[in-house]
Amino acid sequence: MPSSLLWAVDVYGRVYSLSTAGQQWEHCRDAHLEFKRVTAVQQCCWSIACDHNIYLYVHASEVPIRYQEETYENQRWNPVDGFSDRLLPSDRWQWSDITGLKHQPLGDFQLPSENWEWEADWYIDENFGGEPTEKGGWTYAIDFPATYTKDKKWNSCVRRRRWIRYRRYKAQDTWVKIPSEQTESLPDPFNDITCGGWEITEEPRGCLALWAVSLQGKVWFRCDINHHNPEGSVWEEVPVPGEVVQISCGPGDLVWAVLWEGHLLVREGVGRDCLKGSSWVTVESPSPGVGVVHVAVGVNVVWAVTKDHKVWFRRGVNSHNPCGSGWIGMVGEMVMINVGLSDQVWAIGFEDRAVYFRQGVTASELSGKAWKVVSVPRDSERSHSSASASSLQSAGCFFGGEVRLQSQASMLSDADAETERAGGEVVPTPEIGDAPKPRIPKVTSDSFISELVSDREGQISRCDVPPAGPSIPEEDHPEKDQSGGVDPQWSNVDLEEAQTHLTSGPGGDAAETSSLSSVATYNLALEEPYGLDEPPKWAWVSGGGCLVECHTQLNWFNSSTSTALNSSMQAMSLSITPAQTAAWRKQIFEQLSERSKREMENFMHYEQAIEQSVWVKKGTMQWWRDWKPHKWVDVQFALEQFSGVEGNKDGILFIYYTFNDEKKYLHMFINEVTILVPVLNDSKHTFAIYTAERTKQRWPMRLAAATELEMHDWLALLSVSCCDSRGIQGPPSKQAIWSVTCKGDIFVSEPTKELEASPYPTPCAQISLGVVWGIGYDHTAWVHTGGYGGGFFQGLASSTDNIYTQTDVKSVYIYENQRWNPVTGYTNRGLPTDRYMWSNASGLKECTKNNTKPPSPNWTWVSDWTIDYAVPGGTDREGWQYAADFPASYHGNKTLKDFVRRRRWARKCKLTTTGPWQEVPPIPLSDITILPCGPKSTVEQVSLWAISNKGDILCRLGVTSLTPGSSSNYGSSWLHVGTDQPFKSISIGAVHQVWAIAKDGSAFYRGSVSAQNPAGDCWYHIPSPTGQKLKQVSVGRTSVYTVDENGNLWYRHGVTPSYPQGSSWEHISNNVRKVSVGPLDQVWVIADKVQGSHSLSCGTVCRRLGVLPMEPKGHSWDYGIGGGWDHITVRGNAMEAPRIVMPSLTDNQTATRPLQTSNQPEMNGNPVGC
Amino acid sequence: MADDKDVLRDVWFGRIPACFTLSPEETTEREAEPYYLLLPRVSYLTLVTDKVKKHFLRVMKAEDSTEMWFEYEGTPLKWHYPIGVLFDLHASNTALPWNVTVHFKNFPEHDLLHCTSNSVIEAHFMSCIKEADALKHKGQVINDMQKKDHKQLWMGLQNDKFDQFWAMNRKLMEYPTDEGGFRYIPFRMYQTMGERPFIQKLFRPVSPEGHTLTLGDLLKELFPAAICAEDEPKRFQVMIHGIEPLLETPIQWLSEHLSHPDNFLHISIIPAPSD
Repeated sequence: MPSSLLWAVDVYGRVYSLSTAGQQWEHCRDAHLEFKRVTAVQQCCWSIACDHNIYLYVHASEVPIRYQEETYENQRWNPVDGFSDRLLPSDRWQWSDITGLKHQPLGDFQLPSENWEWEADWYIDENFGGEPTEKGGWTYAIDFPATYTKDKKWNSCVRRRRWIRYRRYKAQDTWVKIPSEQTESLPDPFNDITCGGWEITEEPRGCLALWAVSLQGKVWFRCDINHHNPEGSVWEEVPVPGEVVQISCGPGDLVWAVLWEGHLLVREGVGRDCLKGSSWVTVESPSPGVGVVHVAVGVNVVWAVTKDHKVWFRRGVNSHNPCGSGWIGMVGEMVMINVGLSDQVWAIGFEDRAVYFRQGVTASELSGKAWKVVSVPRDSERSHSSASASSLQSAGCFFGGEVRLQSQASMLSDADAETERAGGEVVPTPEIGDAPKPRIPKVTSDSFISELVSDREGQISRCDVPPAGPSIPEEDHPEKDQSGGVDPQWSNVDLEEAQTHLTSGPGGDAAETSSLSSVATYNLALEEPYGLDEPPKWAWVSGGGCLVECHTQLNWFNSSTSTALNSSMQAMSLSITPAQTAAWRKQIFEQLSERSKREMENFMHYEQAIEQSVWVKKGTMQWWRDWKPHKWVDVQFALEQFSGVEGNKDGILFIYYTFNDEKKYLHMFINEVTILVPVLNDSKHTFAIYTAERTKQRWPMRLAAATELEMHDWLALLSVSCCDSRGIQGPPSKQAIWSVTCKGDIFVSEPTKELEASPYPTPCAQISLGVVWGIGYDHTAWVHTGGYGGGFFQGLASSTDNIYTQTDVKSVYIYENQRWNPVTGYTNRGLPTDRYMWSNASGLKECTKNNTKPPSPNWTWVSDWTIDYAVPGGTDREGWQYAADFPASYHGNKTLKDFVRRRRWARKCKLTTTGPWQEVPPIPLSDITILPCGPKSTVEQVSLWAISNKGDILCRLGVTSLTPGSSSNYGSSWLHVGTDQPFKSISIGAVHQVWAIAKDGSAFYRGSVSAQNPAGDCWYHIPSPTGQKLKQVSVGRTSVYTVDENGNLWYRHGVTPSYPQGSSWEHISNNVRKVSVGPLDQVWVIADKVQGSHSLSCGTVCRRLGVLPMEPKGHSWDYGIGGGWDHITVRGNAMEAPRIVMPSLTDNQTATRPLQTSNQPEMNGNPVGC
Repeated sequence: MADDKDVLRDVWFGRIPACFTLSPEETTEREAEPYYLLLPRVSYLTLVTDKVKKHFLRVMKAEDSTEMWFEYEGTPLKWHYPIGVLFDLHASNTALPWNVTVHFKNFPEHDLLHCTSNSVIEAHFMSCIKEADALKHKGQVINDMQKKDHKQLWMGLQNDKFDQFWAMNRKLMEYPTDEGGFRYIPFRMYQTMGERPFIQKLFRPVSPEGHTLTLGDLLKELFPAAICAEDEPKRFQVMIHGIEPLLETPIQWLSEHLSHPDNFLHISIIPAPSD
């Protein structure tokens, strides 16, 4: 998991960030100013500085923020000048936007702010709807406005061309002031700011909602912040029914604000088309008489702090009910609170001004379990720290004095969590909150900051800030230990109330002494403002960009009492990197192999003490009967393992069944098994076993286990035994063929015999020279670590190193269908012949919101059903798409001829598992390609190109193959390759031929790519096959294949070293979903509608036969294992071509060579199944 | 890089070449040839020496075919210790093969347990596993297993089936990740001269402060003499499966990877060779 940042401001206005992977607060040194508020999201951080201006900090990304400006040059033909810029008076401007209504000469384009720069000068776009135009980029029409064509005709009277220019946002990794352009309407400075709303719109737009509150209590909304415009455009005032003091906006549509009087406002009507919302609703303060001073919202949670520092949690808040249903009192005394990603909660304690993290917040328990103090040093402290302290730190133990205090608090809060849950509505929090606090800060902690900032020297005399007990030096430990479960308020040195506290608890005496000593310490600390003895005092925290999930390990807490956490940290350090490289491990490996050599090498002729015998594992299963009527029958299932003649292990599978009261059995040799496929469905835990023969018949052995666990046990065992019988062990080799099922499971096929089913969901993988990258459904890039196993391959079949936690998120879609009738308009009452009113995309299967389940039991829902607007073809404002009838082509606006409509609902589900993959943050990718190489070639630098999910083309630097599976596969950074339009597919072939397919379906060839110039220099536009929009490209040694959106496979003719762009496209086949061309020009495809395949939906692996150097197109298809494949890559397979003639489908029936049947296509002389 | 799982295989498939010779005290009808065998380190002598017994019984009178026992350089070999432990303890740093003397007469009742059939070994093996699991998981894992699972463990050992054994044994090696290890490490520490057969104590893999404890920490507590200061000559070798792991090796890792099939970490402490 990539690290992310927690932002905080200390009481002096210094901004710090803490990485989830880090262990210290990093001072944001760039900030020369002092800040009072920060609000962070993943890509940027907004803040209000003490000069009351708003600042923005955009994190640098390898993909630049760039914006394409465009304008059109229009010309009309006249008999004298030909085409000229002399237009008719009724015509559009000579320079205009695409509609012609707006005058836009080149010179009128200004950079929106000084933080932008032009990338280059204006140039003419020669690409017209995916096709290259002739020189000059002109497109012709009869008149304005009309249909433009790229060809000039006899009646073309007007023409136009498009000019484009890019501007790039340059202010990254630095604070930039957002100009307050509307000074006249902003008479008062900003006081609070909050950023969120990124989940409201779909990803590519990247819209953000930024809300601000002015000192006079007005609320402002920043318009037009999106991916291309990080600064937004203008502030718009949002009328409020009172004076607002603070506001909070969640990732979704929740926006809450605090009124001066202590009540809360909830924004309603926030949606995709109206980020600003429409109206306010008031919610009362949780406790009568004590107003709210602070509110924080997430996706489904609202937390509030009242004037008496009590913390409240709002129940029942969600998108449909933004107001929630009731308050629950929580333990802890806080001055402010913030909700970050996945509804994680951060707060600043009232007593100690420390940053607290709410532990145990999960989707099912949003209120969490306990507060935990974040106690990591600040970077400035490290450099100034005293010797003893630094030695403590470097020893990896962070057992400072403050821990003990916190452990009391967390013990208390643990106990209290029980009461909270039991108590329901409002439970007073006795332990901490009981003591009366007559002195209440005027508004929020903000007042502290201003006071402190303005008056730093006089802090002691003000005594506003508790001089923080945690600063007690170590001598005080015994004393504190003695005072054991003492009133945790001992550190509260509000001097005027000290008396009250002293009388309030049995620990009064201790409290007195401690507070005295802490005051003394504090005085000392004043002399050295950066000293370690002064614990950081925080004023503001923002976790909006900080991703913490339940499996995330944070090294931020030092709790000597909580051994659980400590040891889990230890466990982590045990299982991850440091241990891998540890000397002790290396030494054990070395000694063991030495021992084996010493004790066994010279004695291998000795007799073995134990004869190898047969081992049988039995079980009960259900079997899908081979003959009609097909049904599930109960069978006994047994696997017998024995040692083969040459000492290798082998096995036989037996299926004992009863037929007509007669006991019978089936058997299958493990060494004939080509693939094991788990078929997860709702009712049964089934899997299929294929052999060569069964693949040809398109009839695998289908079995169902009683439980999922049992199935996984069997699969793991069968997989291991198949591998054993073929002598495969450990991670997949460099030449392996990788493929992905439509369920996202990855299978690896060794060219030398076969099989390793690695259950890892990654719909896209590319491989070369042992470097394997994959892409998850959520566009996360993963690099294969060289381990094996993970997922259900626990224990034996799995390597312990190199297995990392993987998560993936994908959406499940269902469709709501409606038919129009003259009386009631569109209703959910269809014709009897119609599809289900809630269905899947095809309409054949009923899918309601309730009965739709995640794709497999491993996935869990993480969101509610929402309308999906990002549907091909577009939608109206409510997400509907219209058509004349089911099924037909849908469009996004209603016309008179439309009688049906549908809309797509999406729900996100998430998978968390383990596998030999490591995440490559931070850029989400949609396609990736690696230069295929022969196994013997040694290439230091592996060319790797990718396309981000926004369509940017990227080139990875620093990927080497020196040690497969090591960190060198990971590369160092991305290099952005500029393009004029978004892309969707890319492939790199031998000698750095890079081909890419743009989103508009046109093909491009990248010129001059070489090892020295890994990014190349320019794009050549290659015309698509007539009338087709291309979808995917794959490049081998000399072959270039593309697949278009209608499933046609095209071969590029005339590709030569001197003219790598080739000359024309030749149609090879239809019904092709994906193509993968290997380094020896092997062509493998995933094809649809293959005869006999039991699942037409997801494709069959096929291989092109007859591919020879002189005949790169081959002559026919060899059909492989049917159904369920989504992606394949043969790009790692560079086995040298065989001398034997490849067997074709008809001549391989001899019993002696059973492996050479169709499903095990003879790949270069080695049987390969996938 | 080699994988941790490979260690399990190396441990399981460790073999000691042994040369069995009949004791001269035995009366034979004709001269007995020595018998050579590769003994699995993780198994038990009486479990894997059926062939040895058959071999020597052929040259002996039928009435002498009482219980067979083994001796190495005068020391009777306890069959209930794993073979690897016996070898490390008594015969490491000697020339291979391991010369084991076979006896049938004069069963040393003080030193050895009787082993009349494989079921005795099985009972001993299973009781070790149960004891180990009691230390590791309060016995919860082994008790949750079914009879056939227990059988699978034993059969795995008996038939030298690594996969069969580990398919079950991995469950015994699991622990809650948030606890960082087993409750206690099941280990036994042997030394040749000791007055006791072995040392066994409660020892946790993680200190109360949350530190990972190492082999060194264990020795410090139980056998400080095995840890020598830098300048002194090494007095003892700490052997597990014929190798000497570094003292900083985490004890939890050792327990997971270098335990014998009986789930105990058997540590042999032997005097360092004087050369």
